[in-house]
Amino acid sequence: MPRLSIEDLKKIREESKATLTLRSGQARAKITVHMGTCGISAGARDVMGALLKEIEKLGLTDVIVTTSGCAGLCSREPMATVELRGEAPVKYVDLKPERILRVLREHVLEGKVVVDFALASGCETTA
Amino acid sequence: MPYRTNVLVCAGTGCVSGNSFGVAQTLENEIRKLGLDQEVQVIRTGCQGFCAEGPIVIVQPDGIFYCGVQQKDAVYIAQEHLLKGRPVRKLLYSPPAEKKPIPALKDIPFFAKQRLVVLRNRGAIDPERIDDYIAVDGYAALVKALTEMTPEQILGEIKKSGLRGRGGGGFPTGIKWETCRKAAVSRAVDPVVVCNADEGDPGAFMDRSIIESDPHSVVEGMIIGARAIGAKEGFVYIRHEYPIARERLKKALDQAREYGLLGENIFGTMMNFDIEIVQGAGAFVCGESTALMASLEGKVGEPRAKYIHTVEYGYKNRPTNLNNVETWANVPLIINRGAEWFTSMGSGDVSENPWGGSSGTKVFSLVGKVKNTGLIEVPMGIPLREIVFDIGGGIPEGRSFKAVQTGGPSGGCLPESALDMPVDFDSLTEAGSMMGSGGMIVMDDQTCMVDVARYFIAFLTEESCGKCVPCREGLRSSLDALNRITQGTGKPDDIGLLREIGEVMQDCCLCALGTSAANPVLSTIQYFKDEYEAHINKGVCPAGVCTALIEYQIDPEKCDGCHACVHGCSTNAIIGNVKQVHFIDKEKCIKCGACVEACKRNGILKVPRSHAA
Ligand SMILES: Cc1cc2nc3c(=O)[nH]c(=O)nc-3n(C[C@H](O)[C@H](O)[C@H](O)COP(=O)(O)O)c2cc1C
Ligand code: FES
Repeated sequence: MPRLSIEDLKKIREESKATLTLRSGQARAKITVHMGTCGISAGARDVMGALLKEIEKLGLTDVIVTTSGCAGLCSREPMATVELRGEAPVKYVDLKPERILRVLREHVLEGKVVVDFALASGCETTA
Repeated sequence: MPYRTNVLVCAGTGCVSGNSFGVAQTLENEIRKLGLDQEVQVIRTGCQGFCAEGPIVIVQPDGIFYCGVQQKDAVYIAQEHLLKGRPVRKLLYSPPAEKKPIPALKDIPFFAKQRLVVLRNRGAIDPERIDDYIAVDGYAALVKALTEMTPEQILGEIKKSGLRGRGGGGFPTGIKWETCRKAAVSRAVDPVVVCNADEGDPGAFMDRSIIESDPHSVVEGMIIGARAIGAKEGFVYIRHEYPIARERLKKALDQAREYGLLGENIFGTMMNFDIEIVQGAGAFVCGESTALMASLEGKVGEPRAKYIHTVEYGYKNRPTNLNNVETWANVPLIINRGAEWFTSMGSGDVSENPWGGSSGTKVFSLVGKVKNTGLIEVPMGIPLREIVFDIGGGIPEGRSFKAVQTGGPSGGCLPESALDMPVDFDSLTEAGSMMGSGGMIVMDDQTCMVDVARYFIAFLTEESCGKCVPCREGLRSSLDALNRITQGTGKPDDIGLLREIGEVMQDCCLCALGTSAANPVLSTIQYFKDEYEAHINKGVCPAGVCTALIEYQIDPEKCDGCHACVHGCSTNAIIGNVKQVHFIDKEKCIKCGACVEACKRNGILKVPRSHAA
């Protein structure tokens, strides 16, 4: 959609906000893998790869997988944030391919937070 | 009379965009209608950190946490909870089912003490999707700047915000923009805006992370700046070693161009502006403004004297406004939320002039001997101690704190006694260090401060462009002296010599690389002089780091002749038969310390060398 008008911008904002916050739409969960340079060098790509493969294998269509930048706590990368609709996001640390698969199975599919590598729930404080 | 109940309505950005103001208003109306207004009060709070579930309403002292509250729910909350004392179950926050509780992010000090402005979208949006950025109010500031504000009003707002450059110097951004605009108008030459993403400090990754996690915030800041200054052309000078950041930035520019946010007639206005990415030449000094502009022009990146300012005669002699990545990323929020909001964070008073304080936040890369290393953003003025001990989690492995180095290679080292100092531009400079671009390296008691100074001076000697004598020769002589001291051949007057060279460099060097280069030496002499003296006078390195001044010994009481150290030694320096006490051949030992690791009985000791003076 080339050349936005100010109205278009507002429309995009409303539409994207819905998917970004999982407020509406079909998705039940969103998994964000943090892919800054730190995350990638700690193995975030492998984590992402394993996750995508498993989701495809299971044929899940209502789980959004997305990437984002560094989550700040570089010493605990790879990190991912899992958000189920209507629940607080949970940040996972020190991930590996087999660990993200456990998160997918237990947290996303069964609704149980994987305490072993969950760091915390909630969002950071913005000013 | 105190109120029996406080109703906290979150007025953070996230909740406001979900209409929390409407909710607060409805609550107030209902409370009045129910005649509770003497007992119950509505308070609008800052962000509760749970934006995803907003609008958030908390009823205290009950500690009831409601989420996703709409105006119609507010009526219900007032009638049921505030009047009848029955919490509204369906709006209660229900944590994920079944589990040992995991802590809330806000209860973890690493996150709790941070305040995200520049990094507000970190980890929350996909940096490669412009729609994600737009969803979090991205480019709304641009609309405002283009349609509701004149360039003068933008300049005024930035000046009032007290924003100071995050790249090192802390120069007030509004004044820089205004000077550039004036120079362009009076000379009738098109000005240029440039983003400095060279980030050459070892161990620093603030700017890389900002671009990687939120490239559009930098782009939006630059377009707004271009509007204020009157520029049609912009550059981002980005470090060669940042492939991911560069790739994301390139995508961001392409997407912005496709949406018509860059190019001609932006949003149907008369404004034309585009941004080009230029790869850095790979030298630390290329981050310096005059060297950067030479490099942009394709020349050798060497600084020149600055009696003519680059805001007047910069890139190709055009008025050029250079700002750091983080500086640019602050701009959209200041325009969106106003200067007053920005000055509500920080220290000092910028209402009279921007030099009076430090407003807003600062991003630091926190590295070295702290438990939590990472990228942090804190309000200006936070005590250094909170960064090291609360956010950083203190020193690992039971060691103790010795110093924190701020400001990159030419920053200074601050001791324990400086930890209660507020972190802002002026306090850090006063203490003999600087804000720099935001590197922060924590050191524990196993660090030798002379060796640290030597390390940074060696780096700067390498990176000095060599054009001016005080920098080139001053650094070389300083390095010689520091090498002597760490090798145990320091002379009694070396400390005086280092001081004198440092002071001359501060006064005489051509660019800020040289004028600040003595900081690591002068600050360590100021705060850790006894370590210099121990090296010089006693031939002892108190931290046991300088290899020339230590040796390894096997404790005969502990050695059971297991031979593990013999296998660990790469130079065959350990002699002894199995089951007999071993000893170390000092001629062959290269003091690598591998034997210490190999010994399971802690039987190998690092001691001051025996022939020490
Ligand atoms: C040796 C040297 C290296 C510098 N490196 C950088 C750098 O990597 N990034 C940066 O933004 N500023 C760097 N600066 C500061 C710039 O010269 C300039 O002050 C800054 O980019 C201006 O932007 P600001 O006002 O937004 O801080 C460096 C300065 C010196 C003397
Ligand atoms: S804006 Fe309300 S909780 Fe974040």
